[in-house]
Amino acid sequence: MIKAVMVMNTQGKPRLAKFYEYLPVEKQQELIRSVFAVLCSRAENVSNFIEAESIFGPDSRLVYKHFATLYFVFVFDSSENELAVLDLIQVFVETLDKCFKNVCELDIVFNYSKMHTILDEIIFGGQVLETSSTEVMKAVEEISKLEAASNAITLIPKSASGWRSR
Amino acid sequence: MSGPSLIDSLFQRTLEDLIKGLRQQLIGEQAFISKALEEIRKEIKSTDLSTKSTALLKLSYLSSLHFHDMAFASFHALEVLSSPRFSHKKIAYHAISLSFHDSTPVLLLITNHLRKDLTSTNEFEVSLSLQCLSRIANVDLARDLTPEIFTLLSSNKLYVRKRAVAVVLRVFEKYPDSVRVCFKRLVENLENYDPQILSAVVGVFCELACKDPRSYLPLAPEFYKILVDSKNNWVLIKVLKILAKLAPLEPRLAKRVVEPVCDHMRRTGAKSLLFECVRTVVTSLSEYDSAVRLAVGKVREFLVDEDPNLKYLGLQALSIVAPKHLWAVSENKEVVIKSLSDADPNIKIESLHLVMAMVSEHNVAEISRVLVNYALKADPEFCNEILNSILSTCSRNLYEIIVDFDWYVSLLGEMSRIPHCQKGEEIENQLIDIGLRVKQVRPELVRVARDLLIDPALLGNPFLHRVLSAAAWASGEYVEFSRNPLELMEALLQPRTSLLPPSIRAIYIQSAFKVLVFCLHTYLMQRESTTSSACPDNLPSGVSASVSYESFDGLSVENGGDAAVTHSLTSTSASMTDESIVNLLNLVEIALGPLLGSHDVEVQGRARNVLGFVDMTKLDLLNPSAQEDKGLERKGVEAYKTIELMHDAFSEELGPVSLTAQGKVPLPDGLMLKENLGDLEMICGDIELPSSNSFSFGSPYEEKVGVSFSNLQIKEDFEQSNESTSLLAEHRKRHGLYYLPSGKSEIISNDYPPANDPTSQGNVNDNSDDLAKLTEESLFPKKKPNHAKPRPVVVKLDEVDEKPIAMKKPEAKDDSLSGAVRDILLGSEDVIPTSSRSNLSGKPSSKRRGKEKQDTDPHVESKENLVDDGNPSSRRRKHHSHGKERRHKSPRKKNAEEREDNGQKEKEKSSHRHGRHKSRRRADELLNVSPQTPVIPDFLL
Repeated sequence: MIKAVMVMNTQGKPRLAKFYEYLPVEKQQELIRSVFAVLCSRAENVSNFIEAESIFGPDSRLVYKHFATLYFVFVFDSSENELAVLDLIQVFVETLDKCFKNVCELDIVFNYSKMHTILDEIIFGGQVLETSSTEVMKAVEEISKLEAASNAITLIPKSASGWRSR
Repeated sequence: MSGPSLIDSLFQRTLEDLIKGLRQQLIGEQAFISKALEEIRKEIKSTDLSTKSTALLKLSYLSSLHFHDMAFASFHALEVLSSPRFSHKKIAYHAISLSFHDSTPVLLLITNHLRKDLTSTNEFEVSLSLQCLSRIANVDLARDLTPEIFTLLSSNKLYVRKRAVAVVLRVFEKYPDSVRVCFKRLVENLENYDPQILSAVVGVFCELACKDPRSYLPLAPEFYKILVDSKNNWVLIKVLKILAKLAPLEPRLAKRVVEPVCDHMRRTGAKSLLFECVRTVVTSLSEYDSAVRLAVGKVREFLVDEDPNLKYLGLQALSIVAPKHLWAVSENKEVVIKSLSDADPNIKIESLHLVMAMVSEHNVAEISRVLVNYALKADPEFCNEILNSILSTCSRNLYEIIVDFDWYVSLLGEMSRIPHCQKGEEIENQLIDIGLRVKQVRPELVRVARDLLIDPALLGNPFLHRVLSAAAWASGEYVEFSRNPLELMEALLQPRTSLLPPSIRAIYIQSAFKVLVFCLHTYLMQRESTTSSACPDNLPSGVSASVSYESFDGLSVENGGDAAVTHSLTSTSASMTDESIVNLLNLVEIALGPLLGSHDVEVQGRARNVLGFVDMTKLDLLNPSAQEDKGLERKGVEAYKTIELMHDAFSEELGPVSLTAQGKVPLPDGLMLKENLGDLEMICGDIELPSSNSFSFGSPYEEKVGVSFSNLQIKEDFEQSNESTSLLAEHRKRHGLYYLPSGKSEIISNDYPPANDPTSQGNVNDNSDDLAKLTEESLFPKKKPNHAKPRPVVVKLDEVDEKPIAMKKPEAKDDSLSGAVRDILLGSEDVIPTSSRSNLSGKPSSKRRGKEKQDTDPHVESKENLVDDGNPSSRRRKHHSHGKERRHKSPRKKNAEEREDNGQKEKEKSSHRHGRHKSRRRADELLNVSPQTPVIPDFLL
């Protein structure tokens, strides 16, 4: 079972946070902070594991990957394989890369909903349901189309920025 | 309702605007967010669903990444959910997944929305709804939506079906009775050939089996088939995890899966699968030697890999295998030991554990030596990690692996001098504990204590204060083993002791008292034996003092080392002369005088005791030193008696006290401990305790001394803190006042390396070689022909010192879920014609319980056709036709019933049950007596 997925930048600003059990927001913030505190103290080229039981309680493991300015962090329990979850991070990042064409931190900052859509295709209620980035892409595109179609009924754009960008 | 105007909604900020605004940070993040929240609160009340949903999305964003509570919007989320538009629904579902939990008040209002979407023709809508359910389902939602999920479990859209499979996990957990409805379909999906579905189902079973493996044993053949047939690594990993849980419960299963697991291990190229195979073998199949050998071979490949992840996991696998197959660790010890200096803290700690696993009584000394050297160079955190493992390993089971306690005690002393050492408390406990338990080690303990006490530098390190307190206690308690009590006295009373916290200072003073009594007693004994034959070369004290002091000053630097050695060989008693006793008493007076004004009662009281004693002794014993010797005996008789008394009191042996000792004391008749305490409080309640300042002490003489010396002391202390003098010898030069003016003190000289000097330690890499060699030798315990000395007796208290029996792992909670699962699984087994009745009813009582629940559960009854699997109990259900009426009762009631059922496993509570029921129970009990038959019939494997 995956317990949480977090993406944060190297300054510790959260860019994506998903907890698969309900946690009050204060607790979420505290967890992200403590994870970052450990992450930023780690050297390059060391293993991708962090002792997580002191942060997330018994039977928790944590793997992370560092890409450019971002940390991708997955927290899970003993029913997942550590190396498989590392592969999963890779799948997630690859999918983002395909979606945003050379993904960078800004893409992630400005595409809050899409990030969640992608993640939800891969992980469902803490269980890994899809590990192929092509499949994920297909579904995400379908969903985007569906969203666009349902919005197209509104003729007048709702936002000021919508006007401006025309 | 004052909704926002059209203009407001026309110019509403989108989420993108919000993010841009946040990034520009014109007015500061917090201010911007609170402004945005204000807007959102207005917008979310809009009647226009687009405005509302945008507001909700923004709120979700702020909640998810800026941690603002969004509970206030839960009803609005439901309103957005009712929108027919997909984009709105998506936003609403996202918001609900983020913010809803079991006690959200509007949770129940969502049921119909979910049901509507679950039956939608659009697979993505169904998916959204399932996703949400997997996050927020509670008992009621799980119960009410079970039929829909049941339908979806055989949906022909794979996209939907695999999600339905996954959501079952949460539904089962929240509402175990749904097992009766859905389990069979879930199992059917296990035979699906679509890898995605299979992956989802196996994932669900993996989670279920983690919680209660035994219930899923009947499915072992299916899992075995997947293990052999599947080509998908994700699926294989999950199946391995399941089998790792099941194999220990069923030896025949273990036997069957060993070969396929080894095959995978040999063939696979995927590291994740390979590691899972290794882990399965070392955790659950460790009796199969060939498999373990193969696994350890793979671990070795991991260990030498460049990738630190593999190295880390390899080390982890080794620590799993270590308790049963230590050879696996020793075969890889070079790598393990090298990893102690790895850059990665995870790897360092993992290898430290492994090194500690290799420790035995033959190599504990060598390994500890090398580890201590590592600790000297390590960062503070890892240093303490090392010290901690040494301390806990060595003290395990009452120092089981320690043979040479002298060595261990000196190791403790050495460890406390390591710069980053923060284990003072543990070292303190062990020093005292060993002192109490092991008689033979006391001389060495006193020596180690002395080395710690005489180093003024150590007093400056607050982490060491606890160790010093143990050292002070030991040197006072076992002063008879001290080679030079006078020196001990100096160490105990040195000026820098003012850096100690009062509680420890009190221990110092008490120890000084013990040393003093010992010295006086020795002196008197000596006196007695050499009565009236006054030593001719006994110079008048004043002269002798100054002379010896001068000479010491001049020579100590060059000759210190030699002098120390020669002196330490001379016996204690030889050192007690008139003058040294006078000096001793003066020293005590000077050092303790100022403490009479201490604010700490403990320090003050003890100082007062000692000084009182000194006063008495001095007057009685030594003032007449100018007199004839024969006069001494008469005059000193009073003091002599007191000293004798104190000496006897102090030489009473202290032993370890059993934890339960107090409980063993029989309560005297008529003593009512509890009843009278209340009165006491009433009596004492209005007595005001005077503050310690208001006490006035002693004669004017003492007052004067106290004041003058305390001024002095303060001055000294001030100097102390400015100059870092690390050696007692230097102290002596400057503050001779506090030291005994005699050559004997030469012992404090430069041959003690400055504290925390790592120079004497060897190169780490050399050490690792050494360690490798050592472990090699000692892992195969050669018979040491002669221990230098036999292991001393360690005092043990019967029954008390035995390790508190580890809390038994609570039996796997036999909850309603597993009950239900077993019921279903065993029920389905009944279909197999050969299965015997005994197989069925040999089940533990949970089986019976399950049936009862079935009886009382009307919900299942309505689905009887789905569950009816030939279980004879279904026939019995008929007499419960009133169940249908109960179906309309409030869900809460039903839950209550269910809980009741769970609570009363053994007792038959049913007042309304029939006699038939009772007879069934009896039959069950009868069968339960016979040994439990294995769950898997042979032919299935």
